[in-house]
Amino acid sequence: MLRTFHKGGIHPPESKLSAHKPIQVLPVPGTVAILLSQHMGAPAKVIVNKGDEVKTGQIIARGEGFLSGNIHSSVSGKVSRIEEVQDVSGYRRQAVFIDVAGDEWEDGINLDTNLDKEIRYDGPEILKRITEAGIVGMGGATFPTHVKLTVPRGKKAECLVINGVECEPYLTSDHALMLEKGEEIMVGIQLLKKALQVNKAYIGIENNKPDAIEKMRDLASALDGIEVFALQVKYPQGGEKQLIKAITGREVPSGGLPVDVGVVAFNVGTVFAVYEAVQKNKPLIDRIVTVTGKAVKNPSNFIARIGTSISDLIEAAGGMPENAGKVISGGPMMGKALSGTNIPVVKGTSGILILAEEESTRLKTQPCIRCAKCVTVCPMGLEPYLLMTLSERSLFDRLETEHVMDCIECGSCSYTCPASRPLLDFIRLGKSNVGKIIRTRKK
Amino acid sequence: MTTTILYTILSLSLLGTVAAIALYFVAQRFKVFEDPRIDIVEAELPAANCGGCGYAGCRNFAETLVKSVTFEGLYCPVGGNETMSRIAGILGREAVKQDPRVAVLRCNGTCENRPRTNRYDGAQSCTIASALYSGETGCQYGCHGFGDCVVVCNFDALHMDPVTGLPVVNDEKCTACGACVKACPRNLFELRKRWKGDKKIYVACMNEDKGGVAKKNCAVACIGCTKCFKVCPYEAIVMKNNLAFIDSDKCKLCRKCVTECPTNSIIEVGFPVRKPKVDEQTSESTVNI
Amino acid sequence: MSRLLTVSPSPHIASDQSVEKLMQGVVISLIPAFLVTLYVFGLGALIITTISVITCVLAELTIQKYMMKTEVRIHDGSAIVTGLLLAFNLPSNLPWWMVVLGAVFAIGIGKMTYGGLGNNPFNPALVGRVFLLISFPVQMTSWPLPVESRMQYLDAATGATPLGILKEAVRNGESLPDVMNQIPDHMQLFLGQMGGSLGEISALALVLGFFWLLYKRILTWHIPVFTVATVFVFTGILWLANPDKNATPLFHILTGGLMLGAIYMATDLVTSPMTKTGMIIYAAGIGIITVVIRVFGAYPEGVSFAILIMNAFVPLINKYIKPKRFGEEVKHG
Repeated sequence: MLRTFHKGGIHPPESKLSAHKPIQVLPVPGTVAILLSQHMGAPAKVIVNKGDEVKTGQIIARGEGFLSGNIHSSVSGKVSRIEEVQDVSGYRRQAVFIDVAGDEWEDGINLDTNLDKEIRYDGPEILKRITEAGIVGMGGATFPTHVKLTVPRGKKAECLVINGVECEPYLTSDHALMLEKGEEIMVGIQLLKKALQVNKAYIGIENNKPDAIEKMRDLASALDGIEVFALQVKYPQGGEKQLIKAITGREVPSGGLPVDVGVVAFNVGTVFAVYEAVQKNKPLIDRIVTVTGKAVKNPSNFIARIGTSISDLIEAAGGMPENAGKVISGGPMMGKALSGTNIPVVKGTSGILILAEEESTRLKTQPCIRCAKCVTVCPMGLEPYLLMTLSERSLFDRLETEHVMDCIECGSCSYTCPASRPLLDFIRLGKSNVGKIIRTRKK
Repeated sequence: MTTTILYTILSLSLLGTVAAIALYFVAQRFKVFEDPRIDIVEAELPAANCGGCGYAGCRNFAETLVKSVTFEGLYCPVGGNETMSRIAGILGREAVKQDPRVAVLRCNGTCENRPRTNRYDGAQSCTIASALYSGETGCQYGCHGFGDCVVVCNFDALHMDPVTGLPVVNDEKCTACGACVKACPRNLFELRKRWKGDKKIYVACMNEDKGGVAKKNCAVACIGCTKCFKVCPYEAIVMKNNLAFIDSDKCKLCRKCVTECPTNSIIEVGFPVRKPKVDEQTSESTVNI
Repeated sequence: MSRLLTVSPSPHIASDQSVEKLMQGVVISLIPAFLVTLYVFGLGALIITTISVITCVLAELTIQKYMMKTEVRIHDGSAIVTGLLLAFNLPSNLPWWMVVLGAVFAIGIGKMTYGGLGNNPFNPALVGRVFLLISFPVQMTSWPLPVESRMQYLDAATGATPLGILKEAVRNGESLPDVMNQIPDHMQLFLGQMGGSLGEISALALVLGFFWLLYKRILTWHIPVFTVATVFVFTGILWLANPDKNATPLFHILTGGLMLGAIYMATDLVTSPMTKTGMIIYAAGIGIITVVIRVFGAYPEGVSFAILIMNAFVPLINKYIKPKRFGEEVKHG
C-alpha cells in the first residue's frame, strides 16, 4: 500500500500532455520585463538606473523585506525603463525593462553543465549563497528559501521533505526536471541537508511518474540518508502539509509551520536552483515552464529566462490556439487566469495552461443540496459549504471560529461541487476579511 | 358534553391567571434599569438601522448619544441636522451641524468609454473580482459593475444601469449613510456636499496611472494634466498620484474646470444645458449621467 | 487578440458531477425495486407511481413559476425522485386523489415552503407519506395481497403486512412461533413476496440499487449500514432476551420499510448530516427509534417517523459534530 494523506482529496483527470517531453531551451527574447515583486514579501528595491548596462546574472534589485528575495538580470543589455507592467493578477507593478544585447554573463558564474558533486562549503556559506541568489519556492508559493532555511529559535529541523509530487493536472515541469537533472537535485538535497544540519531527506513522488521514481531511487541508493517514496496519486498531495503527512505521518498543527513538526519542505525546482546557486554561483534567472493544454499544438517543457513574455512561450509551443478561452498561469486547480498574455514569467511561474473556450466557462450555480461532498473532499477537514454561507453573509467572527484560516485554497471543494457553487471564491473572500481582522487585533 | 367544555375553559383560565401572576413577579424581580431618555431619543432617530453613524443600529446610537458629553463626532446622516438638533434639545446639548451629503460614484467607465479586455466568470461580487485581478477592462481602478454597492444600500438609492454597466445613485433617496463607500472594494464612492437642486461637479475617475496608460484604457480617464488645478480660482482642486480631486467643501460650482478638462473626466450634473459654443473642443464637455 | 479571454478564480476545472446526474443516478438505482413492485403489485403500482411523479413535477413547476416567481428548475430531477420515493412509500391500492394530495403536500409543504431544493429540513416524500398516514389511516394501512391481485387497482384483495401480523399477535398475547407460520419465510421476504408499500417489499432489489449508488459515489455507506446494523443489534438483544415475544433480528430487517428507509429516505442528501460521525449518530438514532416504535409503540411500523424525528436533529448534529480538522490534535504552543 503506497503512502498518501488520509483526509479528503480528489482525483482530477491527470492530463499530463507534456510528460516525457525533453526540456527545451527557449531563445533569449528581445526584451524582458523583470518584476520587482516575485516573492511573497515587499517588492525588492531597484539598484540600477535607466540606461545602465547590465550583464546576465547581475543583481538589479535587493530584497529588503522579511519575505523578499534578490532579483537578478536574466539577460545582458541595457535597462530601457523602470515602469509598471501587468503581473498575473492584471494589476500593474514595478518592473525593470531590459533591451537584450548579446548574452554576456556576470563574472564568477560557472556556465559549464558538468555535474559538480563536491560539497565545498559549510552551512552558513551555503545559506549565504542561496540568499544572494534570490531563490524562492518554485512550486508557486514563492516563499523565500533562505527564510525557510533559517529555523526559528527553539525549533529544530529533523528531516527534509522534497516535493516531486506535482499533483496539479497538466503540469510536468518538476517531472521533466527530475528526469533530466536528477543528479543535480541529489547534490542540491545534500547541500540543503548540510545547511539545515539534518540527516534525513525524503523525496515524495506520485505513482503516476514511475520513470522519475525509478531514476531518483537509483540515484538515492548510492547516497546516505535520502529516501524516495512513491505516493498514491491524489490531489492536493503537493500541498506542503499534505505531503508531510503522507511521507512522515506528522500533522503540521493548525496555524503552524512544518518546522513545528521538525520538517522543512522544498520543491524539486527549488532544490535544483539551490544546486545552481551554490555549486555554479548562478542566481535564479531562469526556470522550467510547462506550456500545455488540449488545444495547444506542441505541449512542451521550456527553460525560460525570468522576464520573458508569456506570449513568447505560447508562440514557442505552437502559438495561441484558435479556440483559446482561458490562459492560466500555473495548473488548473490553483493557477491564476490571465487577462492577457503580455505578462512576464516570474520565479513562481510553473506552467502556462491554455484551456479551450468550451472548457473555460463555469457551469451555472445551483442551490446547495447539502450533499456533503465538499466536506468529504476537504483535505483540511473544514466544512466549505458552511464557510461559503458565512462568508456570503459577512459573519466573519463565526468564520474565524470555523477555522477558515486553515484553508489552503486547493479548490477541491469547488471542483467536486455538483451544484457548481463557487465555494472557494467566497472562502477566499472570507479569508481575506478574517485575515484583516486578525491583523488589526494584533496591533 | 357541556361540563367537559366548562371544565376545559375553567382550567385553562386558571392556568393563564397563575402564569400571568408569576410572570408579573418575575418581571419585577429581574427589571433592568434603563435611562428612559434612550427610548425617547431612539424614537427621534429614523429607525433605518443602517449603521451610517458608525454604531450598530439606532438603539446603540441612542445609547451612545445619551451617554455622551458632547455631540462631537456623533451624527446621524439619515436624519440630518433637523433630527440632531431635536435630539440635542431633548438631551440639552449642542448639536454639531453638518452639511447634507450625497454619495457620488467617481467612475464614468461605461461600456463605451472603457473597452473590455477580458471576460470575468466568477462569483458576481466586486470584492471577489477585485481580490482576484484588475478587472474586465484595462483600468485597475474603475468600477467592476457587479453591484456590491446596490446590495448593501438600505434605501433603494442605488441601481445598476444595464447600458453603462455602472451603478446610479438616486439623489432623492440617498441618505449618505456611507454603506456603499464601505462596500466598494475600489473606494469609488465619495460622500460629497449636497447642493441645492442636486448640482454636482466632481472628477469621475480614480485612475492613478500615468496619462498615457489611463487614456488608453478609458476614454474619460483623468490623465493628471493639472489643467483644472491651475484654472480653479478657489483652490478646491488637489492633484495626487496623477489624479485630480475636487474638494466639495471648497468648490463653488463655477464650472471652470469642467470646460478645461481635456478628457471630460470632470462631470457636471444638474446645471442647465450650456449654449453650444463656437469652439468645438469645449462644446462636448457636458456629460450627463 | 480578437476574442476576449475568460478570467475566473481557481479552480478552473470541475468534476463531471451535477445535481441532474445525482438525481438520474438515484432514479436508475430505483429500477430493480420498481420492476419487483410491478411484478408483485402490477397495475396499482404503475398507476400510483405515474400519478405521484407527474403531480410532484407539476406542483414544483407551478409553485416555482407562479407563486415563488423564481427560475423553474424542475429539470434538476429532484421532484421526480421525490415523486418516485413517495409512490414507493404508499400501498398500491390507494385512491388516486389521495396520491395527488400527498404529492402536492410533499412538494408544497415539505419542500417549497422552505425555499426549495436544499433548504427543506425534512424529507419531502416522507412528509407527504406521514401526512397521508395521519389523514387517511385506514386506506394507508390496507395492503393488497402480493402477486395474486396484481391486475386490480382499487378493488384488490387486501391483507396485513408481516409487521402488522406480528403486532396483532403480540397484542393478542399469541405465541410468536405460531404466528410466524402465517408469514412468508425469510427468503421470500428477501425477494419481496409480502404485503407492503410499493417499494419496500424486496430487500434484494433495494440492496442492488444501494450498490449502484455506492458505485456512482452518490452515497456513502455510513447511513444505510449503521441504520440496519442498529436495528439488527437492538432487535437481536430483545430477541435473545425473550424469543417468545420478539421476532428475530433478520425478520425486522427484511420486513417493513427499513431497507427502503435506510437506503433511500434516510440518506436524502439534503436532510442528512454533513459529517461521517454525524451520519453514524443520525443512523443509530433512526435505528433505535424504529425499533422502539415497532416493538413498544402503537404503530406496527415506524421507519418514517424515525427518519423525520432524526431529520429534526440534523441541524443540531451539524452544529456540534464537526469533521476532524487537519492538524487539530497537535497542541500548538
